[in-house]
Amino acid sequence: MRVGLFIPCYMDAFEPEVGVATLELLERLGCTVEYPVDQTCCGQPMTNTGCHQDAAGTEALFVKNFSSYEFIVAPSGSCVHQVRVNMTAIEQTPEVRAVRQRTFELTEFLHDVLKVSAFPWASFPHKIGLHYNCNSLRGINLASPSEIKTVPFSKPRALLEKVPGVEFAEPTRWDECCGFGGTFNVFEPAVSVKMGQDKVSDHSRAGAEYIVSADSSCLLHQKGCARHIGNPIKFMHIARILNGASA
Amino acid sequence: MSAANVLHPEVIGDRFEGAKDAQGRPLVHAEGTSKPIRAHTRHEPQPRGARDSGNRPVDQVEAAERFIAATEHEKAHDERLWDMRLRRDQAAHALPEWEDMRGLASRIKEHSLAHLDTYLGQFEAAAKANGVVVHWAADAAEHNRIVHQILKDRGAKSLIKSKSMLTDECGFRAYMAGVGIEVVETDLGERIQQLDGEEPSHVIGPAIHKTRADVAELFARTLGSDPDDEDIPHLASIQREATRPLILKADAGMTGCNFAVADTGTVVVCTNEGNADLSANTPPLHIASIGIEKIIPRFEHLAVFLRLLARNAIGTPMTQYTSHFRAPRAGGELHYVIVDNGRSERLGLKEFWTSLKCIRCGACMNTCPVYRRSGGLSYGATYSGPIGIILDPTLNRRKYSSLPFSSTLNGSCTNVCPVKINIHEQIFAWRKVMSEEHRLPFVKSEMMKVLGYVLSRPALYRAALGAADEALRLLPHFVLANSLNTWTNKGRDMPDAPSQTFHAWWRENRGPKSNSK
Repeated sequence: MRVGLFIPCYMDAFEPEVGVATLELLERLGCTVEYPVDQTCCGQPMTNTGCHQDAAGTEALFVKNFSSYEFIVAPSGSCVHQVRVNMTAIEQTPEVRAVRQRTFELTEFLHDVLKVSAFPWASFPHKIGLHYNCNSLRGINLASPSEIKTVPFSKPRALLEKVPGVEFAEPTRWDECCGFGGTFNVFEPAVSVKMGQDKVSDHSRAGAEYIVSADSSCLLHQKGCARHIGNPIKFMHIARILNGASA
Repeated sequence: MSAANVLHPEVIGDRFEGAKDAQGRPLVHAEGTSKPIRAHTRHEPQPRGARDSGNRPVDQVEAAERFIAATEHEKAHDERLWDMRLRRDQAAHALPEWEDMRGLASRIKEHSLAHLDTYLGQFEAAAKANGVVVHWAADAAEHNRIVHQILKDRGAKSLIKSKSMLTDECGFRAYMAGVGIEVVETDLGERIQQLDGEEPSHVIGPAIHKTRADVAELFARTLGSDPDDEDIPHLASIQREATRPLILKADAGMTGCNFAVADTGTVVVCTNEGNADLSANTPPLHIASIGIEKIIPRFEHLAVFLRLLARNAIGTPMTQYTSHFRAPRAGGELHYVIVDNGRSERLGLKEFWTSLKCIRCGACMNTCPVYRRSGGLSYGATYSGPIGIILDPTLNRRKYSSLPFSSTLNGSCTNVCPVKINIHEQIFAWRKVMSEEHRLPFVKSEMMKVLGYVLSRPALYRAALGAADEALRLLPHFVLANSLNTWTNKGRDMPDAPSQTFHAWWRENRGPKSNSK
């Protein structure tokens, strides 16, 4: 299985180890993984701000980089949501549509496509609070949100349950937005920060040692908020745990 | 607040050394439980809403920052509304058919809106047959003029009214004040807001941003009560005592309308205080203001909406009162004023017409993490929160052009909407409209142009990150759209920049020059 790896711009810059973990994990699971070196971004910052035309060039570049792959995998639900749902500034040729359909978030790829049943190399004896990026949750349905009456499910949690030692903390507002919100965190900082501080405090009160998520953007923001208020809680992307990181 | 805390705090301080109970709380003798003799306690002042921007874009961000700075208010507001959200979940999820009912309500509303002309015609005919006088108002000004004319023709000088977002939208109270007619709100929250000269901050809880101390202070100022009396039932009774005489002597009564039933000509009003009945039934003249989107085709459809409304709003099976008005009382008059005020134009907007399905339950506000932390008045508009963000720009495109950005697009609003309005997608779509109409602040639109330019050129992008990936300190500026200050100055620390990007790691370990491949 030939997989094109998409590493979001902020992950490339701030959390390269998550990119490495994703790569190694996919390889362990038998995928042939390539990283097109000309990749930049999914276009979300511009689209999120309403400037769709400014995203067109970036979208076209994304398609050019990834159109030859059977699957495109990114360890970021937010970027995958952008590609799959909102990448509409460019003409929707069959090639564009195919790239959009073949783009998967890492945990849904593991859960739905590879149907991974075990992570024998992984062990994480810690209490974790699982954080869901809102686009991952309500946009591409990685889990069932609390507002909807349905049979509950969570793909990230189902994967983490296969990792020995993982114990789950249950924060009271488990699927409330943390305030990252794409460009929101830049343009409305006071509310964004308050939401982030409330989020990390909620996880702490529930006894979480780590906040774990399938999205680095939320974690970066929360980490900044936690540090500022002196909250020692730790953060880890799910890809690292599934790939066998110990702490 | 326990008695021990209010008993001469200046004397006790935190060095209380007297007798304590089993839990370590200071024991209070009988004298201590009586009213302490002390100056009026100073509470955290109520944060006010968005500054008046005239016709310029509302600065919601600035108002939200002030709301958050008022920590007691923000905390109380957030917790109170979150509690309503939880109650909603509990009540809604107790019904196995909940999600199907949302779908049904959505389809009834969409059908009604698609055949609005037919159903409005039916409604008018049925109402007239029942003896109701029907008026049509194209906009807010005409609504106000019509109501004024009805009152003037009958020599009415005072009007009592129950809560109606439509009349707030029409600037009705201000208009009536200008023509010398006394308007008294009969909904407690709306009355509080009227006394304080503020707009409602929430569609069903107009004063929900106020603490009991704010209300005590307001009543002391406007009704002459004791500013230290913060007992809620007592505060409510103070207001009731003050308002009842005004209700009894009023010349006319007014209500809004939750549902206008086309086949029977009925106006249905849902309240928890019974104040619609008071307003409609005390004076001989009843005027109901009705937005054209309130139409539902048949009486039986009401069952769907009544089951959804109160559950979704506050988690109760029904509102305390569901009042049906169909015909004038013997010797009385009933008037319907059916108002467009931008609605038919909204109906023609391909991406936004379904916002007319809204039944004003307020659940999108309760669940919105931004709204809960910034207060309804920060939006500077009649309608606040997620639903306000998508309604307000149809009323004034320029003034409300900034509101679509006061959202994280998290989508919770859409999921709680009882009529399945895709609220967060419409917020997203409004951003595009504002950008295309060049209504974004210059800095924002320029930033996106530059970002779009650089991100579509891999070589330039890598160069911008710094040659050989060593100048990572440049990157935060770049990724965060050059707004480092908003990270570091506002309660958030910057992430550490690792020594190498993933891109550089790949080139070193897996790229053409590395040995591993």
